Amino acid sequence: MDAYLTILQLLDSTVRLATPLLLACLAGLYSERAGIFDIGLEGKMLAAAFFSAAVAAVTGSVWVGLLAGIAASLVLSAIHGIASITFRGNQLISGVAINFLAAGLTVLVAQAWFRQGGRTPSLFGKGRFEPITLPFAESLQSVPIIGPLYYELISGHSILVYLAFAAVPFTWWLLFRTRFGLRLRAVGENPAAVDTAGVSVVGLRFAAVGICGVLCGIAGAYLSTALQAGFVKDMSAGRGFIALAALIFAKWRPWHALYATLLFGLFGALETRPDVIEAVIGMKVQGQLLSALPYIMTVIILAGFVGKAIPPRAGGEPYVKER
Amino acid sequence: MTTAPAIELKGISKAFGPVQANKDISIRVMPGTIHGIIGENGAGKSTLMSILYGFYKADKGEVFISGKKANITDSQAAIAAGIGMVFQHFKLVENFTVLENIILGAEDGRWLKPSIAKARRTLVELAADYGLNVKPDALIQDIGVGMQQRVEILKALYRQADILILDEPTGVLTPSEADQLFRILDRLRSEGKTIILITHKLREIMEITDTVSVMRRGEMTATVKTSETTPAELAELMVGRKVLLRVDKSPAKLGDVVLDVKGLRVRDEKGVERLKGIDLQVRAGEVLGIAGVAGNGQSELLEILGGYADGTGSITVNGQPLDLTGKLSDGQSRRARGIAHVPEDRQREGLIMDFTAWENAAFGYHHDPAYRSGVLMNNAAIREDTEGKMERFDVRPPDPKLAAKNFSGGNQQKIVLAREIERNPDLLLIGQPTRGVDIGAIEFIHQQIIALRDQGKAVLLVSVELEEIIALSDRIAVMFDGHIMGERLPSETDEKELGLLMAGITDTDTPHSVEEVQANLAHAGEGAK
Repeated sequence: MDAYLTILQLLDSTVRLATPLLLACLAGLYSERAGIFDIGLEGKMLAAAFFSAAVAAVTGSVWVGLLAGIAASLVLSAIHGIASITFRGNQLISGVAINFLAAGLTVLVAQAWFRQGGRTPSLFGKGRFEPITLPFAESLQSVPIIGPLYYELISGHSILVYLAFAAVPFTWWLLFRTRFGLRLRAVGENPAAVDTAGVSVVGLRFAAVGICGVLCGIAGAYLSTALQAGFVKDMSAGRGFIALAALIFAKWRPWHALYATLLFGLFGALETRPDVIEAVIGMKVQGQLLSALPYIMTVIILAGFVGKAIPPRAGGEPYVKER
Repeated sequence: MTTAPAIELKGISKAFGPVQANKDISIRVMPGTIHGIIGENGAGKSTLMSILYGFYKADKGEVFISGKKANITDSQAAIAAGIGMVFQHFKLVENFTVLENIILGAEDGRWLKPSIAKARRTLVELAADYGLNVKPDALIQDIGVGMQQRVEILKALYRQADILILDEPTGVLTPSEADQLFRILDRLRSEGKTIILITHKLREIMEITDTVSVMRRGEMTATVKTSETTPAELAELMVGRKVLLRVDKSPAKLGDVVLDVKGLRVRDEKGVERLKGIDLQVRAGEVLGIAGVAGNGQSELLEILGGYADGTGSITVNGQPLDLTGKLSDGQSRRARGIAHVPEDRQREGLIMDFTAWENAAFGYHHDPAYRSGVLMNNAAIREDTEGKMERFDVRPPDPKLAAKNFSGGNQQKIVLAREIERNPDLLLIGQPTRGVDIGAIEFIHQQIIALRDQGKAVLLVSVELEEIIALSDRIAVMFDGHIMGERLPSETDEKELGLLMAGITDTDTPHSVEEVQANLAHAGEGAK
């Protein structure tokens, strides 16, 4: 029973750590399915993390903070969109610029506003997303097997976690069952087909980049107002890049994005529980090695270990009408 | 009683910077007719059609559809005006199904299911009305180009187009597929659709159109009834001078065997066998033409002969064996053995588009001592040499410092040809010599190939243009699915027989249905994938 509880606790932190990855991964999925590569997920998350924490700290309302985070992320998305869609610039360069911009500006503004060494004040009460206890979680706790599963794993997360998981089937449905999804996928594969069919390539791509901005905003807000209680420097810690690796791993499919980010979440969770690893493999593993595990996995996955992952064919290329 | 023309263009002009792509163009196309627009590459045909489809805005001029002035500002307006366009390069989403491609942009409402269901029903009707059968749930990437083109036509008909514009529709088709397309166009015409056919192939104009307009350098030089003109007259109108449509050549004076290929096998990078035991010989003073639908092993044959694919079997040149794998199986070693190669895709394999003409004219031969001064390249010498080549091969403009991408297709090809032919090779490999080349330049390139053969050199010609194969070759070998299906003499065969061989059918005397030919081709296509 003890082992069972340990596994549940491990999976519980897997879910919590996978959530920002999942949101960012889905954000990238929308953008890249529409043909806009976005390595600025990291920067958008970071900016959103800062602004949601800052605004939540000042207003005392986490919901206002969330909106501020989404707004900040959308501003960066708009920059990316204008640079790479309107002016047909290089999408990688625009993304890199956004990452640098966010990394520098968040700390700078944080210092100017709060004078706490680039942090925001700690959030408490209504300034944070609190865990939600689902109905009957307490009373069912004593039921064997299912009770702890429900109480430990399924119940007790913040609203954003449930939102992220609900976004998976919604994204699948939107992409594969609606007109908007058909057009979005088409514009990432062959924008000329969309254009000659009389649909605006620019409009579709901006819509995708906008959705990407909203999801990154939620991911960032989750980091600073749910997972942690406040913003610290570089708190996105490469999650935007891991989300990109997960996206490739998932081959740009929503359900697979969930599985991939859960896997990365598990690695993150293992890092916090070296005792579990020791119990399973029977030897002590260096903490640093465990911390590096998600990043090592990222490198392995990006090195093509997952087999052939074919990105959307028009990805990364600005659309220019040909003669 | 007079009916209004389906399309009337009045005084259309369009300039791109200093280039006047269209100059004061007017046409009238009556409903229920097929109107051909013929002209060389860069004559302004595609620009004109892009204006009609709303891709470009004309600087001056008016468009009337069925007698009413139309203001076509984008593709959406063109579709609304009843215009459908089948582009030369299809605008299809490769990993979508046929149905998804057809409804894209013309969906009924937000949800896909009812749209797909409706499109499926409509498709059945269209197939019955016009004989356009397709598999609705097949992915575009799994069907052949002929089928893809049908999907494009169906897309237009699904949007209730009354006017169809087809831009170089037969460029990617086999002769039998082209015949089938023409039957479809004929059917569409008899159902009252108006069709504009853009092409540079005179035969197609003569075969199917009712009226034809000729364009040259942005101007419309003539509009005539097809029944009242001749191919020679049209060619002259297109080029502005008399053009030899036939290749003038004397009988071949055969010499010794130069190229001898036995049991040649090549696998591609996925391990699929693309050449399945090829035997062939080319003699000095002879052009051997390799006919076949693209993707049946011709490219791999050129690649291994040219030294950039590995394989097994034997190849000898002038009696000496070539290495088929390893260090000495590369372009440099092949050139040293007297093999010159004009590759099929000149823009990818023949030239570096951003480099200048003189740099391109030296590639592969840059080790030549004449191009060197000490350890450095003697650029001045290369430039001077290139200037001479450009003059002899009539490359226009004759400026060695211009980047390769700034020359027209024909002139790019002449640069490659000059580089390879002037090395005086024993064997010339040449793939798709006139793909995307103007009719005037075609004449010149054909003359050069024949001149080389008359000097007693061996030429291996690969082309998907049957006309070209028949005109130039002294002997024709037909490839299908990695095999040589047979050899024929041009004087003793015709396009029909070759077309059947290209589809892998060897008993060419009995009649075969179109379906049988297509099924065979589709099978070969699977092998290629």
